Amino acid sequence: MKKFNLKKLLAVALITFFPNLINSAEQIDPIKVNWSFKGLTGKFDRASLQRGFQVYKEVCSSCHSMQYLSYRNLGEPGGPEFSDEEVKAIAASFEVTDGPDNQGEMFTRPGRPSDMFVSPHPNKEAAAAANGGAYPPDMSVLVKARKGGANYIYSVLVGYEDPPPGVKLDQGVYYNKYMIGNKIKMPNNLEDGLVEYADGTESTVDQMAKDVTTFLAWSAEPELEERHKLGVKVIIYLILLTILVYLSMKKIWSRIDSEM
Amino acid sequence: MSKEEKNANRRDFLFTASYTVGAVGLGAVVWPLIDQMNPDKAQKALATTEVDISQIEPGKSITVLWRGKPVFLKRRTEEEIAEARAVRMDDLPDPQKDEERVKEGKDEWLVMLGVCTHLGCVPLKDKGDYNGWFCPCHGSHYDVSGRVRKGPAPTNMEIPKFEFVDNNTIKIG
Amino acid sequence: MSDHEYQPKSKAGKWFNDRLPLLTLGAHLTDYPTPKNLNYWWTFGGILTFCLITQIVTGIVLAMHYVAHADLAFGSVEHIMRNVNYGWLIRYIHSNGASMFFLAVYIHIFRSLFYGSYKSPREIIWILGLLIYLLMMAAAFLGYVLPWGQMSFWGATVITNLFSAIPLVGESITTWLWGAYSVDNPTLNRFFSLHYLFPFLILGLVVLHIWALHIPGNNNPVGIDIKKPSKDTVPFHPYITIKDAFALLMFMIIFAGFVFFSPNVLGHSDNYIPANPLVTPAHIVPEWYLLPFYAILRSVPDKLGGVILMFGAIFILFVLPWLDTSKVRSAVFRPIYRQFYWIFVIDVLMLGYMGAMPAEGIYLVLARVGTIYYFLHFLVVIPLVGFFEKTDPIPMSISEPVLSGGAEPSLAKKDNEKI
Repeated sequence: MKKFNLKKLLAVALITFFPNLINSAEQIDPIKVNWSFKGLTGKFDRASLQRGFQVYKEVCSSCHSMQYLSYRNLGEPGGPEFSDEEVKAIAASFEVTDGPDNQGEMFTRPGRPSDMFVSPHPNKEAAAAANGGAYPPDMSVLVKARKGGANYIYSVLVGYEDPPPGVKLDQGVYYNKYMIGNKIKMPNNLEDGLVEYADGTESTVDQMAKDVTTFLAWSAEPELEERHKLGVKVIIYLILLTILVYLSMKKIWSRIDSEM
Repeated sequence: MSKEEKNANRRDFLFTASYTVGAVGLGAVVWPLIDQMNPDKAQKALATTEVDISQIEPGKSITVLWRGKPVFLKRRTEEEIAEARAVRMDDLPDPQKDEERVKEGKDEWLVMLGVCTHLGCVPLKDKGDYNGWFCPCHGSHYDVSGRVRKGPAPTNMEIPKFEFVDNNTIKIG
Repeated sequence: MSDHEYQPKSKAGKWFNDRLPLLTLGAHLTDYPTPKNLNYWWTFGGILTFCLITQIVTGIVLAMHYVAHADLAFGSVEHIMRNVNYGWLIRYIHSNGASMFFLAVYIHIFRSLFYGSYKSPREIIWILGLLIYLLMMAAAFLGYVLPWGQMSFWGATVITNLFSAIPLVGESITTWLWGAYSVDNPTLNRFFSLHYLFPFLILGLVVLHIWALHIPGNNNPVGIDIKKPSKDTVPFHPYITIKDAFALLMFMIIFAGFVFFSPNVLGHSDNYIPANPLVTPAHIVPEWYLLPFYAILRSVPDKLGGVILMFGAIFILFVLPWLDTSKVRSAVFRPIYRQFYWIFVIDVLMLGYMGAMPAEGIYLVLARVGTIYYFLHFLVVIPLVGFFEKTDPIPMSISEPVLSGGAEPSLAKKDNEKI
């Protein structure tokens, strides 16, 4: 009887735990991509991360901020792992506002690895004003902030279509089959050959979408590789200790059980 | 060995192994809880500060902030340098030549962590018995090279890592 | 119990113990006679202690890095995740720890409901437990507000607005809770303060809960009173400690699975969007552990009525020991109650599911049915079943099998009282 009830409990508990699974009636499911960072031992594809950063820098960063990242993050283990020199060069290619100086004036200087990513707009309101009233969300944790995560971001990037007949779009609104509500204020910014990849990879829309999504997945969870690595160790350790404690328990209780 | 003895041995082994493995795990859990209080990655990255020194007249000094601590940058006059170099090593609690505390060829620039080596106060400039700095907290006197001469401070004021980027700019850190 | 005879062996121990009898307490906890037939559902008390300590330790650490300010809170959480050494690990343990805590507490409560652990003479243990549960919900809600994401902000708005349902003074109370004219920086600050305070109140109540437990001793799956110590009991250490340790490790494996491999699956993605007072998320959903009560709240079309019913759903548990008329504790010997017990479990799970769904159509109808049944279970089913149920024969002791025909429940009770 106990076993039967346990199973039933588990089944219903699963549904209660993951209501999200059944929650998405109004839009089609995002494309499932076999990301290298999924699974218990998932890791990021370094080359893809570096390409993804290039797409971010050349395409996305003119509207989207990534205010929780520093340039130094680009060189840290588990990320794109640019070399120290590359990170310095990347940082130096941005103008950073610093100050105030001795005269109380703000001034600009080339970026350093310790600087945070430079935002394209001084504040949210300016960003919205420059983009037809729609604030381009900060992308630091975007993958964690969207149901469907990386799959969803990738799907939206490749999901632009002509609107089906009967759907009227306002000026500055685009049709996207994966976007919630199907209407998006971001134009389709990707086209084949848009960026010239340093490693010679062909820059198809699909490739760029995958690369930049990988980059965003890392930026949302820069600890992912360390987490996976430590997680495997912790679970193995716990299983080992559980077995030891189980055997000890059997040994201790055998004194009582034999009396029973 | 009798069967019972064997059983007892196995039991002892089990308990010892359980305790040992458990203790190792507990130790491993403690480390992140300690390490989280160490300087974080952002703190470690804030290693350098660049300072414009073109406005500093001879005999004057400025104070800048580096890693949350004051750094004294003093442009010394010829007399001050001569005074610093005339000191006999025997008179110093922490003997160190003035030449060792400045960059060669840039003898006029003293770049020094403005923190008293006694208990961390910031010494006052142009005070004290030695024409240098004086710490008001517990009365340590420093000379024009930042070396301790009198008082409870055990060592000279520390020289941070720095370099001249060009004639007008110093990079600390 | 041999409490009174306990004497430390060493002279220094005796000197200390005469002044502060900590060693006597230690000996009491070690020797504490525990029914030997406790099953794994009884290990959740220990697991809950572990959860509380884990939350307090990780929470203290997080508070060293967190900034309770509307403009900085979200960024400070990202700072913890990105820069603080092992910050991501500590934060994920804390956020998933809340869910694990509730998972364990629900199992603990439902175990009590099945085996009648709330019944005489354990009413005070039960009530203390419910107070702990209430404080846990408050602490969890306050904590969920701290990252200052969209769900934090709107969850805080919705929950604090519950108090505006109170006639006459409701609006003033809500404004008082906020310290502003909406959920704002003052709200965040006081929530942080209270979130830090509540776990220590819980800790105090846990001490009382365990103290109250040690007066009558543990209930057990058979539900009969037992003589202590006797051949029906074992000393707490090592028998129960090792069993608790084993169960705790199994629990930790699941816990670690969440922390390391799907740390955000129990949360809501909207909480990674910084709080925005101008835009409400499409679906406001509380954390899973509050969903059944959320469903009850929404199933009533009247504002005040919904709030009353929601709080009523919790407070009815406080009088459960007096609603239950059965002389037998354990559902093992209560064939009718057992059926209703499982219906009730399903009812609560269904309510939880409805709480996650939009409040419309079939979901709303089912939520209403579930709500009505929830109250029927306590107000009608439990009192009546206690009266009319013919219980199975119960054994005289844990060690003895059921005699043919068995003892009359009342008789068994009387016999045991004599002992």
